[in-house]
Amino acid sequence: MIVPKKFGWFIIGVSALIVTLFSLSIIGIEPTDLLETTFMAMTPLILAAVGECLDEKAGVVNIGLEGIFLITAVTGVYWAEIVGDGVGGLIIGGAIMGGLIGLLFGIISTYGKAAQVVAGMGLNVFGLGFVPFLMVALWAFPGIHMFDPKLVIKTIDIPIGGEIFRLSPITIFAIIVVIVIDVILYHTLLGLRIQAAGEKPEAIDVAGVNVNHIRILASTICGALTGVGGAFMPLGWFGGLVKEITAGRGFIALAAVVFAGLDPILAAVSSFIFGFSEGLAFTVMITPGVKEVVPHYFIKMIPYIATIVALAIVGSKRFPKALAKPYIRE
Amino acid sequence: MAPAAIQRFKRPLLESLLAIIVGFIVGAIVMVIFGYDPIAAYSALLIGSIGSLDGICESLANATPLMLTGLTFAIGMKSGYFNVGAEGQAYLGAIGAIMIGSTIHLPYGVHLAVATLFAMLMGAIWSLPVSALKAWRGVHEVVSTIMLNWIALFFVRYLIEYHYYEPGRAERAMPVLPTARYQVLGASLTTVIFVVVAFIFFAYFLLWRTTLGYELRLTGSNPEAARYIGINSTRVIFLNFFLGGLAAGLAGATQVLGRPPSWTIYKTLGNVMNLGFDGIGAALIGRNHPVGIIFASIFLGILSYGAKFMMYLGVDPDLTRAINGVIIIALSLPELYRIVRRFITGRETE
Repeated sequence: MIVPKKFGWFIIGVSALIVTLFSLSIIGIEPTDLLETTFMAMTPLILAAVGECLDEKAGVVNIGLEGIFLITAVTGVYWAEIVGDGVGGLIIGGAIMGGLIGLLFGIISTYGKAAQVVAGMGLNVFGLGFVPFLMVALWAFPGIHMFDPKLVIKTIDIPIGGEIFRLSPITIFAIIVVIVIDVILYHTLLGLRIQAAGEKPEAIDVAGVNVNHIRILASTICGALTGVGGAFMPLGWFGGLVKEITAGRGFIALAAVVFAGLDPILAAVSSFIFGFSEGLAFTVMITPGVKEVVPHYFIKMIPYIATIVALAIVGSKRFPKALAKPYIRE
Repeated sequence: MAPAAIQRFKRPLLESLLAIIVGFIVGAIVMVIFGYDPIAAYSALLIGSIGSLDGICESLANATPLMLTGLTFAIGMKSGYFNVGAEGQAYLGAIGAIMIGSTIHLPYGVHLAVATLFAMLMGAIWSLPVSALKAWRGVHEVVSTIMLNWIALFFVRYLIEYHYYEPGRAERAMPVLPTARYQVLGASLTTVIFVVVAFIFFAYFLLWRTTLGYELRLTGSNPEAARYIGINSTRVIFLNFFLGGLAAGLAGATQVLGRPPSWTIYKTLGNVMNLGFDGIGAALIGRNHPVGIIFASIFLGILSYGAKFMMYLGVDPDLTRAINGVIIIALSLPELYRIVRRFITGRETE
């Protein structure tokens, strides 16, 4: 648990956020709109980033998050239409589908001794091509699919001072996942084994634990969480599906992981920061008085520039010793 | 070719061939699942792409930019870097070619050369932040290049919409002037392919016949030895990504200065989009070797042009990119070759 240790930073962060929101409200940006979009944008990032933290702790690096996002965004909608329920789509087309991809990735990374970065990039290229194909194959229309608005996952409406703040239950789920993963990683035997699989796999091998099984488990969880994030984008957030729906968020999630140095709670915090930059871009774009002055293309760059700047500030971090190395018993 | 050389290239060739076969099998399975006829689709692809002279020309024209984006990735891999920035650098190259090609008046030849070089330079400039972040802040190139790809997309769209749009046809940039166009050889294949092949051989010479190239390669194959003999890693990073940027910029230029009938780019960037990602496949199938990349790109060019003919059967042409992804995954698996070989010959290999 890192939050109690860094409680001072937490207070500073919250105060900085309040000051930012207040100053933005002066130029006409609604703080509730901004926070709403921030929480929406944060959700897929948190899910993928926390999954990737677990995966990399176990020694598997999966840069194919973008590919999983893409595929599960489509399968999520497909299954939601079949079962007639958004959450059902999120579970079958998101979690299970993503979990299967993660399982496959885990198997080729361990038993297949794959070059994981290459395989992950292959997964991204596969997603890039498979998704437009899949959309035509499923709905016979290229690149875009609108679905029944009833399938969109209902938000929880919280009234704040006359305004209504819409929070997705999936956002709450994502925050719970962060805490659960943090507890598992730092306070359970399984967590210890996961960390050992990434740092010193021979140690748990000697203790009679199968390194490959631990890694495949981590990879499957990572895939499942990323899958929920992917299906959340059309089902919980946008309410529609286009073939570029992910817009590089898989890589922003990877950046959040690096930024956090593989700590789940810090990964959630950095997802919030990146989500905030995206929320800012969205709200600024529709704010009167801004869109006439600054071309919207520059505002759209904000999340990507923020990601680069954040990484430049933290610099390089320490990663597990056996990361991306298949375990071969000597 | 001497038998020793055949022996040396036999295994990489077989591995690439195996990966391609796996890609096609997975593609066929996917088509069967969704109720398409894979044999009809593949034969439409082949007849469309290599069944006629025009088809061959178009396939080669599609292959041309992939040779360069593949080279970008391969040069990165030679130093152990995973450079996936060719995508964005190609956008910059394309707009760079338009900046010079459609606004400045120069005599034929000079105009072409200036536009080509400027496009390459634009691509290379876009690589500088990646190198700086990597060399001085330790930022991993996968994340920084992908972010820059997105920034490049919005930046180039901005430039087209606000500065270089064609009057009356706002959906695209101004086409380059006739003095900045490569000569057409047939269909949409132009003489730019010779420039591209020449650039690839220049890169080959640089990597294998110069001290500089040795430094780049040693950094990848044995980083500790490279450090020990005092190779400046910052210099290697900058040179590597700069060289990759030149290639990617040229890739963008080929789609503008050397691609009829439009001689320009659209605001969607449709005709330069995904060149960088397809190039990764070209590099890996070509085993990161310049000559290998040329042949791998021709293969991918056939695939991408032929894909259009699968549309008559209802199959979305993007499926070929999915096949490319499967090929990349298959190539990342050293075990695959061993298992298949053991299965065929029934004995353990070296």
